[in-house]
Amino acid sequence: MNHLDLLTFARGSAMNWALIIFVAGIVLRLFEIFGLSRKQDLARPRTDSPGSGWRTMFTRSIPPQGMLKREPVTYIGGYVFHLGLFLAIFFFAPHIEFFRSITGLSWRALPSALVDASVVAAIVALFVLLAHRLNNPVKRMLSGFGDYLAWTVTLLPLLTGYMAYHHLMLEYTLMLSLHIFSVELLLVLLPFTKLFHTFSVFVSRWYNGDFYGRKGVAS
Amino acid sequence: MSATLAKGINAFKEVIDTPIASYFSSCVHCGLCAEACLFHNETGDPKYTPIHKLEPLRRVWKQEYTLLGKLGKMLGLSKPVTDEELTEWEPLVYDSCTMCGRCSMVCPVGNDITYMIRKMREGMSASGHAPEDMKGATKRAIEIGSPMGIKWPAVQAQIKHVQAETNIEVPVDKMGADYLVLMSSMEIINFPEYLSAISRIFKQAGVSWTLAPDAFEATNSGIQIGSSDLAREIVSRIVVAAERLKVKCVISPECGHAFTAIRWEGPNLMGKPFGFEVKHILEVLDELHAAGKLKTKGKDKRPLTYHDPCQITRRGGVVEQPRRLLGSVAEDFREMPDAGVMNWCCGGGGGVSANSRAEPLRLEVFKVKKRQIEATGVHTMITACANCRIVMEEGLEHYHMKVEVLGLTELLAEYLVEGE
Repeated sequence: MNHLDLLTFARGSAMNWALIIFVAGIVLRLFEIFGLSRKQDLARPRTDSPGSGWRTMFTRSIPPQGMLKREPVTYIGGYVFHLGLFLAIFFFAPHIEFFRSITGLSWRALPSALVDASVVAAIVALFVLLAHRLNNPVKRMLSGFGDYLAWTVTLLPLLTGYMAYHHLMLEYTLMLSLHIFSVELLLVLLPFTKLFHTFSVFVSRWYNGDFYGRKGVAS
Repeated sequence: MSATLAKGINAFKEVIDTPIASYFSSCVHCGLCAEACLFHNETGDPKYTPIHKLEPLRRVWKQEYTLLGKLGKMLGLSKPVTDEELTEWEPLVYDSCTMCGRCSMVCPVGNDITYMIRKMREGMSASGHAPEDMKGATKRAIEIGSPMGIKWPAVQAQIKHVQAETNIEVPVDKMGADYLVLMSSMEIINFPEYLSAISRIFKQAGVSWTLAPDAFEATNSGIQIGSSDLAREIVSRIVVAAERLKVKCVISPECGHAFTAIRWEGPNLMGKPFGFEVKHILEVLDELHAAGKLKTKGKDKRPLTYHDPCQITRRGGVVEQPRRLLGSVAEDFREMPDAGVMNWCCGGGGGVSANSRAEPLRLEVFKVKKRQIEATGVHTMITACANCRIVMEEGLEHYHMKVEVLGLTELLAEYLVEGE
């Protein structure tokens, strides 16, 4: 199998399988969560605060008073990483082309140089956060194999994408194939690791917001 | 009913619901909850990280309610929860968590960790892993009617005393009264000022109220130890009395967890919405004040601060009321740093103050309260929870601080315009 065959395989059946596992995994995990159900809250809410859960889905991205000062590395590192990754996934022209090929939807890309910078920022943030995880006693205690696995499979697409774009180390077709394989690895593992927070975060934030909203406390 | 590991694991399985599954699914091990926790903050010990306190519950969730976890269990790859582990976790779940709710406000993925601790305690108590003192308090609450072993005659003695002092009749078992007033054991034993203040304020405001001999105790050890069956029995006494006397509203006293027990957990424990309202005393006083029925004269010259009890403020939504009330009687009211919904716990909530084993830790973590008070420079602190009050009095004494703690209701009564 030459490099081109490898790329064809990566783009073709490997991608299809990865997407199938990704979607099925997400559906399964959501079933696992919602299948448990919850009891209706019979206590009369203090105020009718419709939308408290929905609002909290977004407001929880803002650090509560005093927290940014306490944990600047986690917050700033977290913002830089998430924003950088988001821009790279959704606003890099070849990625938009990929999304268009499977959904038919497309939107405007950001200049490649800007995406490039955001990828570098996200990679740097990942390494800073890893160092913090290894140094901070709380984070180190909480961390296990799953945390380091999640870190690795998140780094790989960023790193291989950067290297492919800059034609570093390996021949471009081969590096691009590796980039796509690393994305497929991420897709397959996402539903079954803590990376699933990409989806469940909206559910957990909603419940938190709903709880506090019923009590008349903004969260 | 004897407690066993199997019962505990079953209770864990029963309490895990959609919110809990979403919380465990979302946790990214960022550790920010530790920064919000009183116990981690003051000791620096990572074992007090809130989400870590839930580790046994998390594993039960994973092994029972996720496909991957079930596979792992079938293949013998997962570590089952054992009695030894729960013994090790007992001090984390009970001694070093006051269910204050700060971590739940801070968690970036929105995990309501406090909600999970409350639920986890169901399994801890069912498996026999609750602190002895809390078991004793719960037993007294069920058998005698109060966690401190107080019976109605003790309340009667206080009523007599209050009547002699104020010349106001304290209504008992008055059918059709608007309000049923509850008290906490702590108020009956340590702070008789509360009943006296209520009598005077309500007389002046023309409020129709009553006490009930079968439901005078507002506290609920059942929700602290984590036994919904017992919590339901304790709450049902209040529900029965409120329905028997046909009151419109039940007033939760200056006590934090009592408010959570009656106002928020009560209808869920009973399995039906209440036909009456439940309000915290500060809400009632604020309404009377707004309606011009609670008139005060003069202002307290002392610099004052207010300690927000967690269950009343952060977990209960009574935030502005005490500030409006204090505004009417305090000349120099000063907020503590982090006051309001992010206030730091006194260290004795959630049953911690009833657990003598936790006392050294509780006094250690009081340092944050010490700093908060020192930042205001006051020597008088007002609060609205008798448990916070006694815990803070002990802490203040331990650190040789000359700060007086008062209940807000009693402070208002001091400035009440009477006899008009």
